[in-house]
Amino acid sequence: MSDEYENKTGYQAQSSETISSGSGGGSRTASDIDYVRPAEVTDQDLYHGHSFITKWVFCQDAKVIGVQYFLLATFTGVIGLILSWLMRLQLGFPGAAGFMTAEHYYQFVTMHGMIMVVYFLTALFLGGFGNYLIPLMVGARDMVFPYLNMVSFWSFFVAVGVLLASFFVPGGPTGAGWTLYPPQTILEGTPGSGWGILLMCISLILFVAGFTMGGLNYLITVLQARTRGMTLMRMPLTVWGIFTATVLAMLAFPALLVGALMMTLDNVLGTSFFMPTIIQAGEILEYSGGSPILFQHLFWFFGHPEVYIVALPAFGIVSDLISVHSRKNIFGYRMMVWAIVGIGGLSFFVWAHHMYVSGMNPWFGFFFATTTLIIAIPTAMKVYNWIITLWRGNIRLNVVMLWCLGFIVTFVNGGITGIFLGNVSVDVPLSDTYFVVAHFHMVMGIAPLMVIMGAVYHWFPLVAGRFLNETLGKWHFWLTFLGAYSIYFPMHYLGFIGVPRRYFEMYDSPYMTSAVGMNEFISMAAFIVGAAQFILIFNIIKTLKTGKPAGSNPWKANSLEWLTPSVPPEHGNWGDKLPVVHRWPYDFNVPGAKEDFITQTTPPSDVVGTEVEKT
Amino acid sequence: MSDPKIDGLELKPGFKGMADDTGSDQTMFKGVHWGKAMMWIFLLSDTFIFSCFLISYMKGRGSTLVDWPNASEVFGLHVFGVEVPLLLIAIMTFVLITSSGTMALAVKYGYEKNRKMCGWLILATAIGGLIFVGMQAFEWSKLISEGVRPWENPFGAKQFGSFFFMITGFHGTHVSIGVIFLFIYAYKTFAGHYDDRKRGWFTSMKGDYVEIEILGLYWHFVDLVWVFIFAFFYLW
Repeated sequence: MSDEYENKTGYQAQSSETISSGSGGGSRTASDIDYVRPAEVTDQDLYHGHSFITKWVFCQDAKVIGVQYFLLATFTGVIGLILSWLMRLQLGFPGAAGFMTAEHYYQFVTMHGMIMVVYFLTALFLGGFGNYLIPLMVGARDMVFPYLNMVSFWSFFVAVGVLLASFFVPGGPTGAGWTLYPPQTILEGTPGSGWGILLMCISLILFVAGFTMGGLNYLITVLQARTRGMTLMRMPLTVWGIFTATVLAMLAFPALLVGALMMTLDNVLGTSFFMPTIIQAGEILEYSGGSPILFQHLFWFFGHPEVYIVALPAFGIVSDLISVHSRKNIFGYRMMVWAIVGIGGLSFFVWAHHMYVSGMNPWFGFFFATTTLIIAIPTAMKVYNWIITLWRGNIRLNVVMLWCLGFIVTFVNGGITGIFLGNVSVDVPLSDTYFVVAHFHMVMGIAPLMVIMGAVYHWFPLVAGRFLNETLGKWHFWLTFLGAYSIYFPMHYLGFIGVPRRYFEMYDSPYMTSAVGMNEFISMAAFIVGAAQFILIFNIIKTLKTGKPAGSNPWKANSLEWLTPSVPPEHGNWGDKLPVVHRWPYDFNVPGAKEDFITQTTPPSDVVGTEVEKT
Repeated sequence: MSDPKIDGLELKPGFKGMADDTGSDQTMFKGVHWGKAMMWIFLLSDTFIFSCFLISYMKGRGSTLVDWPNASEVFGLHVFGVEVPLLLIAIMTFVLITSSGTMALAVKYGYEKNRKMCGWLILATAIGGLIFVGMQAFEWSKLISEGVRPWENPFGAKQFGSFFFMITGFHGTHVSIGVIFLFIYAYKTFAGHYDDRKRGWFTSMKGDYVEIEILGLYWHFVDLVWVFIFAFFYLW
């Protein structure tokens, strides 16, 4: 953000001297300072829908697609939530649900995991927030390939349909656990070993195909369709987070695709990619010579970056929310960007830390423990920067900020248990216990969810033109935050006393005597937290019609999405003229400025004499 | 699709130029068409798919219990009373690489607005791809008639059949999709859609000769992947 930066890029070539000599000089003209390079790309040619179907169903407007993604992902998320209720009912009160058999329990665990990770969080962050925010935040009229974007959503739609169809096929959905480890996935005795796993694999392949189409859109929009003046280092961190997560997804999903395809062939054609020689019920099966570990490598080469596909957009979004609602620039913007990129890069070198007990070479464990712990460095940098951003900020303690604070606490908590599990010697005894369940729910379940909630309260006034109800929001937050801690904090203890995960029932195991009460408590909390989420749905439905009108830029934010000529933004986003960007989106409380925020489109000649950052 | 204006743009070469482009506003790849950038990134993603396939193949081949069959025997052809190893595959590879050449020429003539020449060369590329797929079908049926199946293999390890049919099948699907698009593009070229900037059937975006280059990128990639499959399956 220094003066050399401008000179280096050769931009503002005519005025680089005047700019770098500091503010307050007298003799130069406004047009010199305000120079922005002319447009390199002609204005985007958009398809405008006319009928109901082209406007709202097969729509090519990224904003509508974003809302479609959001609604469908939320719908599948609610199904995942209900499944988790059923699981908790069984765990807390064994036998309370009469229909619940062990097979059902495994199926619910599997579907809950897969739905929440892939079809809810990934689709919501990248498909939902990505589609809505990227074009608006970088000042584009739409995604660069609107048609492809539309196909992306409908592929996702079909993928969800296939996934949910597996509840209704013979044998039901797969019950192999969300990691789908062979050989048990396709062996008789595992629920859904025939149809269930087939539909799961097909659904995943469709999801990857659909996501690839969307992902290409997000990447090219960020790389090639930014507006005049929008350099990479002036992009909001939200865009950086979603962009980097998309890069990860483009490189990680191929491994899932290949794994799912090979699994399908093992299942349908009887190939032996992952299947070793197996004796089942005294009979040698047709399979021989395959490698189950190969699937684990393929799966986790996708699975670990997947964690960051969910986490990085959350990091980005929460940075923006914290900055806006504490009225301070984000501390260490460049550090934040490089931390996002660094975490993204490192995430491809840590996957086998999920496989410490798989029987792989112990030296692998040493290597992967090292890389895993290195990730703690950029992650900790981000946490410190969020806290320093809050420090002495003019904090608005509204619902959005509450969610952000909740995120920081939860994320630190989940991150610290991650350091436990990243070490081989600590992981081996804790592996496959509730400690692991508590860890990953804290760090990649609750923490990103808190950001989603904060983001919903933050951007709802943009999407709907009205505020969400604050009182309901505060109920929603406190029930969720305290409830989530009531669920996952005791789970760490359950893990320490050795309660294994994925067990249908513990019967009269000796250590369960101390865990029974705790399991009941956790289940009660889970019911309450789950129910609390419906407050948000109620809130949205209620305020869509009757909420307080927001007007334009209600949070006094700087980034472009709030500066559209109409709220909510229309198709094409910007009316006749694209915005021209002069600064980063974090100029809050600049000494000498008239107001406590300077929007990205404010030209330098308007803020002469202020101590504005040079970005 | 928006057209890049690079006339007034000064592009610095080398590392300095790259740093300048990265630090600048609007576009990172100066003067690069959106679709072209998209194809490059898609191909990067596709590279990971094929890498996963080939690495899985190496792992699978390394851990089988039964010996892997000898490639030069399995893929050999009996021609005029002589056993010629890798004959068919040599011809297939030659055809596919040649089609890459015709594709490159098609791109050149496209940018020169030589509609006829461009169209014929795309057609030639499509036919090359078709011959390749046809010969692959021949090879598949030869192997199948000899008893090789995805789940069994009379010559040795059963994973041979599994990986061979899966990976060449996946690659063959890529070639087939390419051939379909080549025929469509040949039609569009001959019909003058790129000269008239006619809007696309689905995307409703204005046509441009750059689309041929984008398809060309895909085609060259498919060829390049074939070189790796060739090396790993037939020469190892």
